Amino acid sequence: MTLFDIIDILDAKVLVGRDRLNMEVKTAFSADLLSDVLAFAKAGSLLLTGLTNPQIVRTSSILDIAAIVLVRGKVAPDETLRLADELDIPILSTRYILFETSGRLYEHGIKGCVEKVGRDDYVSL
Amino acid sequence: MSFNYEQSFTIQGGNFTDAGEVSVFIKKTLQKMGIPSEILRRVAIATYESEINIISYAKAGVIYIRVTPENIIINIDDEGPGIENIELAMRAGYSTADEKIREMGFGAGMGIPNIINCSDDFTLTSEVSKGTHLKIIINISTN
Repeated sequence: MTLFDIIDILDAKVLVGRDRLNMEVKTAFSADLLSDVLAFAKAGSLLLTGLTNPQIVRTSSILDIAAIVLVRGKVAPDETLRLADELDIPILSTRYILFETSGRLYEHGIKGCVEKVGRDDYVSL
Repeated sequence: MSFNYEQSFTIQGGNFTDAGEVSVFIKKTLQKMGIPSEILRRVAIATYESEINIISYAKAGVIYIRVTPENIIINIDDEGPGIENIELAMRAGYSTADEKIREMGFGAGMGIPNIINCSDDFTLTSEVSKGTHLKIIINISTN
């Protein structure tokens, strides 16, 4: 699926990366916690998040995240957009909440970049 | 392929705006050198987590990276509060992060466990109210 398709599915706006929308993605990771993104997200995935600070872009660059989708209608500050432009990471924004965004993409064939994490003795609930 | 490179970076504690800048630079530099992508990813995550830790907890710190044909050695020294209970700090989910760190999206207690996951060899030493030292080794050749 390309970012063009994702824009359709999520009724999303393009904030950064208008020239890179033919990029293919197959997997995604949803989180509002960058610590967990860093621990679990895989290269080439979409990052679905409600965070908007520049660290979402740096974290994505570190992990080779393909593109970022801001959920809940978030608009990122200029410094985030400038950095995304500089580091070549597209940012989309959708008004859907994180659950709906994830669900709609899943329905269209996007899978989680991991299914489950941790061992029984690793992350205690 | 033969790699040779070393560089030190000084990180200012509390500089949340630029958090991650140095690690992104290191990653791009190593990428240009032709370091394999799976290794590059582990180096990038380890330096980024360390950089965030310095910014979050210390007054200042230094990230030193050396790339040899065999491995990548990363030394991190900070002037910070030190870690009182290293065993706890190494446990996933344990965190002493404040509101500011959490607002940025960090402080889930995954930093050190994640660095360990990325390392072939890892040592952490710390002295309370002096600072913390990390040594991370990531092997380049797998044979």
